[in-house]
Amino acid sequence: MSDQTNITPEQIQLLKDVLIEHVPQARALGLKVEDGARGQAWLSVPYNEDLVGDIETGVLHGGVITTLLDNACGIAVQLALPERIAIATLDLRIDYMKPATPKLDLMAHTHCYKVTKNIAFVRGAAYHEDENDPIATCVGTFMLAANRAVPMPVSEELRQQADQILGGKETK
Amino acid sequence: MSEKRDLARFLERIPYARFLGIDVDRRGNEITTVMRFQEKLIGNPVLPALHGGAIGAFLEMTAMAQLAFETGIDAPPKPINITIDYLRSGKPEDTFARAQITKQGRRVATVHVEAWQEDKSRPIAAAHGHFLLKQPDEEGTAADAGAAT
Repeated sequence: MSDQTNITPEQIQLLKDVLIEHVPQARALGLKVEDGARGQAWLSVPYNEDLVGDIETGVLHGGVITTLLDNACGIAVQLALPERIAIATLDLRIDYMKPATPKLDLMAHTHCYKVTKNIAFVRGAAYHEDENDPIATCVGTFMLAANRAVPMPVSEELRQQADQILGGKETK
Repeated sequence: MSEKRDLARFLERIPYARFLGIDVDRRGNEITTVMRFQEKLIGNPVLPALHGGAIGAFLEMTAMAQLAFETGIDAPPKPINITIDYLRSGKPEDTFARAQITKQGRRVATVHVEAWQEDKSRPIAAAHGHFLLKQPDEEGTAADAGAAT
């Protein structure tokens, strides 16, 4: 990736294809990449009664927020890296500020603010409308080049496109 | 502390536990939770490996089940925070977890949880978290410090 800050809608669509459509758990929750920038990601998860933590309140389970933030952190790391490599969550801390409001979709904004040789550092928040009124905040670290696996199983064409966008090796 | 409650009743209140395929196995006063493998739990289809978020959610649910069991309160305790260490990648198979209450105060409990697959001595993830305990006599008023069950 060059130094551009913004990512086009086409590139976001591609991110969605690569980093969401091929991740069964992300698909099962209905995670969506809403926006992206250098080192930053915005994801959403729609309200779904199957994801509720207590039928008496209708509030989404904290674990849904964990998955949303974990996934959003991983995408922010991918968007911060000079090339696409496999990453793995080392640790993730979630602070729960207030319950999610029943029936409302959740948003997450994550920012990978530092990348070292081996580790990427990320923080983020989950919220409904206003990022400054968070439902939960998180801080996490990711290990880079965590394994030998390619990041995602995509078609060769899609992989080349993704590598271009995400700054991987030049396509032939 | 009232009598030990039925864990099945605890789980029935949590649709998300069903979504993740979580069961609770109780032997005497020892609880082991199980997250049955399902394709939809996969986070990395190449390895393949379970999604870190699903593992985190499973650990959190295990902590809550242990708390519900030991405190005898049906309402799920509210998480204040949880820190998850990912130790090994989760294979596409059943995952087990056990929680230990490190300290139970009047309002807050500190819980440690570990999850494993084929070998309990090789955990795939561990977590420690703080949970706000709902007082039986003040239902619904315990939410100011947290949280988001």
